[in-house]
Amino acid sequence: MTDEQPSVRAEWPLYEVFVRGKRGLNHVHVGSLHAADDQMAVRHARDVYTRRNEGVSIWVVRADLITASSPDEKDPLFAPSGDKVYRHPTFYAIPADVPHM
Amino acid sequence: MPDTTHGSHPAPDPNAEHGSIFDGLLGSDASQWAFGTDFEDPLAGVDTTIPDGVAPADLAAYCLMLADDALVASHRLSEWCSRAPDLEEDIALANIALDLLGQARLLLARAAAADPAVTPALPEGSPVPPEDALAFFREQEAFRNVRLVEVPNGDFAHTVVRLLLFATARLALLERLAHSRDHVLAAVAAKGVKEVTYHRDYAGRWFLTLARGTEESRRRLLAALQELWPLYPEMTATHDVEARVAAAGVGVDPATAADEVDVVLEQVFAMSGVERPQGAPLAGVRGRTGRDGLHTEALSRMLAEMQVVARAHPLGRW
Repeated sequence: MTDEQPSVRAEWPLYEVFVRGKRGLNHVHVGSLHAADDQMAVRHARDVYTRRNEGVSIWVVRADLITASSPDEKDPLFAPSGDKVYRHPTFYAIPADVPHM
Repeated sequence: MPDTTHGSHPAPDPNAEHGSIFDGLLGSDASQWAFGTDFEDPLAGVDTTIPDGVAPADLAAYCLMLADDALVASHRLSEWCSRAPDLEEDIALANIALDLLGQARLLLARAAAADPAVTPALPEGSPVPPEDALAFFREQEAFRNVRLVEVPNGDFAHTVVRLLLFATARLALLERLAHSRDHVLAAVAAKGVKEVTYHRDYAGRWFLTLARGTEESRRRLLAALQELWPLYPEMTATHDVEARVAAAGVGVDPATAADEVDVVLEQVFAMSGVERPQGAPLAGVRGRTGRDGLHTEALSRMLAEMQVVARAHPLGRW
């Protein structure tokens, strides 16, 4: 029956999860999950993505709040930097004791 | 920019284009399968001698009480595996079950160390360690858990209510037990406090959510609370063994934590707009309850399933 309304079904929104590892310097995207609200998302992330001792900090953000670049724009956005080798600081010797370059 | 942060890692994930959260966590042993490292042995450096001033049989019985609460609660939670309302809750419940199983294991081992007589006899040459013998080869009369943890699972609301009552009382107990004269119990309690704090938080949030959710979720929550409330007083009642180990500074008399547990529950009830239930405590039989080995028939069925494989292979290696 085409005129039948689908039953109302509350689906939890999708969240993207970012975790900072013990020895990690920055939060890294690890996956996504569903949760009813922000706090539940943090707890779900803790349960799903840090249960093997992976993390010390969690960020969650609703997936629909993320603005992403479009694959169609790939060339104008990223191709121009492909041949600018002089933008890399490769002409300097980096001392051995300078970390995180 | 040259990526020197990832270059020194011994075992980077070859499939990860941009590096992953797991990079570098494998340590120097690339054959190790687990991602996490730096696991801590909760008993590292802990003095394992049995403290004086407490009867070994009492200490063992007390450890069994704490252990069996965790073991049976853990098994009921693990029965949710693959059956929870959604994937995230499935993993959350399994995590909680594993936390409790870890507590049970340490406590059962402590019981066996305190009084080897509590460990069931096994055939000559059996490789089964004492904590497994206690978990899988004891009859239900030897289990000293409260009856709250053994009654069969109902719906998700039932599990939320049970976990709230259990975790609230256990947390108050473990916080006090962290000051035990028995260094092993103190270490197990200190580890458990962090775990059970999360369990209580998890259950409390779901209690509030279900109570303030839909008409149906509230109806189910109230029904579960009504059903489980008569089993709650056993959590804070004092058994003779508990009184003796508490007097020796080794254990905790749960009655001393009863007021604090009540205050926490009242807060959750108030926030959730739920009235404190009125039902009378579930009676024992001639004064005997779960702590004395007097259980509901549900425990024997649960143990039959939990123990059947181990019992069929007492000489098995796992």
